[in-house]
Amino acid sequence: MTKLLVLIIGLLLIGFIAWWFFGHHATKTVEAAQTTGQQSIDIDVNGGYSPEQVVLKQGVPAVLNFTRQDASSCLDRVVFSDFGINQALPQNQTQAIKIDTSKPGEYQWACGMDMFHGKLIIK
Amino acid sequence: MSITKRFWVSLIFSLPMLAGMIGMLFGWTLPGGAWTQLILTTIVMLVSARPFWQSAWASFTKHHANMDTLVAIGTATAYIYSLYAMVTGQAVFFESAAFVTTFVLLGQVFEERMRNNSANAVEKLVNLQAKNAEVKRGDTFVKVPLDEVQKGDIVRVKPGQKVPVDGVITQGSSSVDESMVTGESLPVEKHVDDAVIGATVNETGTFLVKTSQVGQGTMLSQIVELVKKAQNSHAPIQKLTDKVSNIFVPAVLMLAIATFLVWNVFLGASFAESLIFAVSVVVIACPCALGLATPTALMVGTGRGAKMGILIKNGEVLEAVNDVDTVIFDKTGTLTAGKPKVTDVVGNQTQVVQIAASLEGASEHPLATAILDRAKHDQVTLSDPTDFRAIEGQGVTATVAGHTAFVGNEKLGANAQLSPALKQSLTQLQDEAKTVVLVGLDKTVIGLIAIQDAPKPTSKEAIADLKARGLKTIMLTGDNSRVANAVAKQVGIDTVIADVLPGQKADQVKQAQQNGRVAFVGDGINDAPALTTADVGIAMGSGTDIAIDSGGIVLVKNDLRDVDRALALSKKTFNRIKLNLFWAFVYNVLGIPVAAGVFFTLGFTLSPELAGLAMAFSSLSVVTSSVLLNRAKISAPRTQVA
Repeated sequence: MTKLLVLIIGLLLIGFIAWWFFGHHATKTVEAAQTTGQQSIDIDVNGGYSPEQVVLKQGVPAVLNFTRQDASSCLDRVVFSDFGINQALPQNQTQAIKIDTSKPGEYQWACGMDMFHGKLIIK
Repeated sequence: MSITKRFWVSLIFSLPMLAGMIGMLFGWTLPGGAWTQLILTTIVMLVSARPFWQSAWASFTKHHANMDTLVAIGTATAYIYSLYAMVTGQAVFFESAAFVTTFVLLGQVFEERMRNNSANAVEKLVNLQAKNAEVKRGDTFVKVPLDEVQKGDIVRVKPGQKVPVDGVITQGSSSVDESMVTGESLPVEKHVDDAVIGATVNETGTFLVKTSQVGQGTMLSQIVELVKKAQNSHAPIQKLTDKVSNIFVPAVLMLAIATFLVWNVFLGASFAESLIFAVSVVVIACPCALGLATPTALMVGTGRGAKMGILIKNGEVLEAVNDVDTVIFDKTGTLTAGKPKVTDVVGNQTQVVQIAASLEGASEHPLATAILDRAKHDQVTLSDPTDFRAIEGQGVTATVAGHTAFVGNEKLGANAQLSPALKQSLTQLQDEAKTVVLVGLDKTVIGLIAIQDAPKPTSKEAIADLKARGLKTIMLTGDNSRVANAVAKQVGIDTVIADVLPGQKADQVKQAQQNGRVAFVGDGINDAPALTTADVGIAMGSGTDIAIDSGGIVLVKNDLRDVDRALALSKKTFNRIKLNLFWAFVYNVLGIPVAAGVFFTLGFTLSPELAGLAMAFSSLSVVTSSVLLNRAKISAPRTQVA
């Protein structure tokens, strides 16, 4: 009887993991705040990036402010492979990263180990 | 708290438990038993392992999982179960939680150090830049910060100083050590009108430079930009791991639960035993070795290339090089020096050169330049000819010191006497596809000068290296086949395609692609279409003009042997990526069944702490193997055999 209970709990757990990680969950998209001649977005790095998807206007100089709160070495660098940026993120310090917005398109960014991803849309 | 500190805390508090484990073999037990273990492990959990839990939780709320998720679940499970076991009076395994934390942190400490190590190539390049420059302001030279120097400024460079800007020497001469930028090991002689590169070191003389590039436009800045992009680029082989890493962690968690269920429910193992198997699965499966395999190798490989003056643009190029079986060369400027040079002088050397140069002094014919260069090189004093007459399509005649002299082709020499010995030389030189001019004095031919766009001294060696690698070599040229074949024979190239119009080069590359993967080597300026058509475009730079856009690989120094080095380096780097991925997969994929107890009947199992050790070693070995690329031998197979 206990065995059956254990089995059911285990299977439920597996089901929960599948739903939680593989199910479709809305990702947060944020558009850049515009100030005079510049746009910027603050991105929190804590177990991933929030927001995970940012939208920038083409042609306006842009700055992404990354702040890492997470102690994990997984997230200690942020890499924009399309822009040749590989920036170290010291914990609890805001790092400003300038983005060249001259070409519209969708660009990925990732952590140093390519485990966490974010998306940058320039339009 | 830094990873290093967390590691030390974890190690120090784990050591007594390790001593206890070893002591058990000799009948010694840790004083205090389970209580001591509880206290020690609790400290390790609170100080060293807590950040794992925080990170795992933060990820979890965002529907993500990462390596910290695995470590957190593994250690938390072992710790919490042990608490329960202690209360109910069963066997505990606190030490597993502490040891796993220690080993994982050990791996991370080394890994962090290695990663910083592999990333500093760009930093080193940037630091090459001089900080200030002595600029001419009015009549005096003033020391100013580098960013105040502008195009057109005259800059003075003294011996031992770094050349601060890209420019052209206007006064003085020196030898300059360019190794840091071009990889050329010997100092290069520089005279007036020669280009110098910023960040190279002036060795012997003082000279003045007219600034041609500053800031982002300098060669060093361009190289830095290219290397940065290359180091962070993606190799296509990575796509697989990108996909895997997204689903890997949750999949492992499900697998771990399944492992527990199979052992506990179906095989009747005890709760504790089943749990140990599940925890081992969680701990060994960390995919960080997989994630590190490609970027670290790419970083070290491209960084090392930059030091050798070989700029590899991205991971895609690196991967494409691996399948290349044919290398196509452009002739002029790539295999050959690109400007005609006197190769042979027959007859009285000094007299022949002197008369020829004196007559050609006023001529603007390209062949004349070659003869004048030779005269300058031989330090021959020229005399002033009179009655100078140019005969269209034949050559020139003039009076030198009272004698009638002439320099020209066979038509011009038709009326003069030609000795049988000279006639034989003439035919022989012409068969070698050289342009021969006759030099005559008083109606007698006194000597011959052969002129050719000669192969670079290193071309022959470069081709031999590539052939030893088993590659097919092809030469493309707009020249006629006789000249082309002669050059091909001299450098040892297999196939010649002559009479190719500049616009057809790309078509020829396409044709060659039907038989395999093709690399095209050209000068980058005229050959852009062919360079982009080829699977791998290798652009040879010269001077400060590096053709960054057209080539997948850019060779900073104008040395053909770098083609082979570039191929060797790319292959080495790509093979290292494959090796890394292989080991990472072995650790993860083979490790999981072992940890799950599949080989239990063979007596082959992994405890959680061994799994933690294996995991630490997997990331460590991958990063170490990448860093070792810096030491790998890059040499031609030909020289290895010898």
